[in-house]
Amino acid sequence: MSEPLTGLGVSPGRTAGPLYRIGPPPALPDVVPPVAEPAAESEQALAALRSVSADLDALAARADGTAAEVLAAEALMAADETLAKAVTAKVEVGRPAAWAITDAVGEQQRAFEELGGYFAERAADLADIRDRAVARLLGLPMPGLPSPGEPYVLVAEDLSPADTALLDPSAVLAVVTVRGGPTSHTAILAKGRGIPAVVGCPNVLALTDGTVIAVDGTLGEVRAIDVSEAAAVRAEAARERALLAEITGPGRTADGHPVPLLLNVGESADLVEDGEGVGLVRTEFLFLDRTSAPSVEEQRQAYVEVFRCAGGRPVVIRTLDAGADKPLPFLGLPEEDNPALGVRGLRVARVRPEVLDDQLAAIARAAVDTEADVRVMAPMVATVEEAVWFAGRVRALGLPAGVMIEVPAAALRAGRILEVVDFISIGTNDLSQYAMAADRMNGDLAALLDPWQPAVLDLIALCADAGRAAGKPVGVCGEAGGDPLLAPVLVGLGVTSLSMSAPSLPAVRASLAGHTLADCQRLAGLARDAGDAASAKAASHTR
Amino acid sequence: MAVREVVVGSRIGLHGRPAATLVRVAAAQRVPVRIAVAGQEPVAASSIIAVLALGARGGDMVTVEADGEGAEAALEAVAAVLARDLDAESADV
Repeated sequence: MSEPLTGLGVSPGRTAGPLYRIGPPPALPDVVPPVAEPAAESEQALAALRSVSADLDALAARADGTAAEVLAAEALMAADETLAKAVTAKVEVGRPAAWAITDAVGEQQRAFEELGGYFAERAADLADIRDRAVARLLGLPMPGLPSPGEPYVLVAEDLSPADTALLDPSAVLAVVTVRGGPTSHTAILAKGRGIPAVVGCPNVLALTDGTVIAVDGTLGEVRAIDVSEAAAVRAEAARERALLAEITGPGRTADGHPVPLLLNVGESADLVEDGEGVGLVRTEFLFLDRTSAPSVEEQRQAYVEVFRCAGGRPVVIRTLDAGADKPLPFLGLPEEDNPALGVRGLRVARVRPEVLDDQLAAIARAAVDTEADVRVMAPMVATVEEAVWFAGRVRALGLPAGVMIEVPAAALRAGRILEVVDFISIGTNDLSQYAMAADRMNGDLAALLDPWQPAVLDLIALCADAGRAAGKPVGVCGEAGGDPLLAPVLVGLGVTSLSMSAPSLPAVRASLAGHTLADCQRLAGLARDAGDAASAKAASHTR
Repeated sequence: MAVREVVVGSRIGLHGRPAATLVRVAAAQRVPVRIAVAGQEPVAASSIIAVLALGARGGDMVTVEADGEGAEAALEAVAAVLARDLDAESADV
């Protein structure tokens, strides 16, 4: 068995099978032919783009749901007037049709990439349009999915929406790509179809077609294995899935140490019966698309709905988490050069206390109207003074108050903060971003943002120690809380509850059920002793 | 010239699908509709590439404008699409 290749696991599950790479994109010949008649040449280029658009529309008609929408949007791009103008301009300066399209698409891709995030990922749509148009103009085969005649692992530089849409889950065991982030088409569609996927795996193209690989979409690992092992890997994965579904009940370790498993919810619609309560109600949904703040009564009704779904279970509701990175027009906040470090979270409430007071009044009334055990927490707290300010306002209404630990300064002073609040909840996404000085929106920094970073684990341990000393709860409500591998480590560090989105719950429950508290503590020690995130993960995974 | 300011309702902003919906509605109007973000030249609202290149995010204020007969009706239709949350079913952040 060889060393694993690592990437970012974006769609969970394990499988194994032979890999096949997607057909290579058409290459432009080295010699650029002269353009005899620019008018005819640009008409040729535009005709190629029009037929690519028609092909994509036809593919959209065969696909359904998200895939159809994604393809229809790509068809719109191929027929776009801005692109057509740019291509014509390239032909006019002497570039033949296929080269003109390549140049124009390249410039547009760079513009999208500069915008970052979701916009950058549209660059893959443009690449697909270019490859299809160039293949058509030069009479080369269309790039596309392989059809090896047996179930296979699809390997590619990146998948275009067309590739992803046409992906047949009965033929494709898993997907591994060199590029792509957690919000790429590959990630979204693979997750939607339950196909394990690993993206951002730079060395996977070095493997040759037909090589049998095992793919772990939870760990983000790919390794070459012997063909005789593939069936066993698949059988074990199926057995694991069946086992997961069998474990039910409240969260606890193998030796019965209780760890309440809570849910992260937006609107009440995403509340399910499975959780032992709600660890995070995001209230932003009420404030989006608004030019003025919702009234206390409107908020009260919305909170009553969320609290009712919880029955008598505990509910932690977070006050408005807005800022220049999640802008809300009615707040009238100025633009900032560096919004992640700007006026956001509780800092907004310091500038606009009336917005917080209205929200707290609505929460308090809704709590009286329902059975739920309501607690209130503030986002983005950095100092003890901020925690005192917030807790005073919440307790004046008769509710328990807590704060999120997202800023390393707050983690370092968790003991002092716990003297003035009733609980803390660690937001691992922001805590990682701030501890590692790595922008959450930058896909290239994914490795630094890994919650397995020992520095982040140290900060979590500080919080947990402070909680133990104070006898107060310390929860985790970031993505890390829903990671079945990290869950025992967090519990071992001393975290008292884990909050996650509903789909993550069964795997986390099963993971805790497989470890005693002593196991968890040992794993936590191994992870903290590791030199870096990858070895922290490896150390606790192999035990 | 008719002008209107609209707050982008889609949470993530005018990317793939919300942009496509806007572009289809804009292209179906009787007059050309232009769209701009603060401090930049307006672009054709019927061009998906131009709309994507605006990089408009949820909550951003955008300006739409059109000339001639039917301009007001065109802006009405485009503004309604812009204000809607077309990302509603996408994963929350």
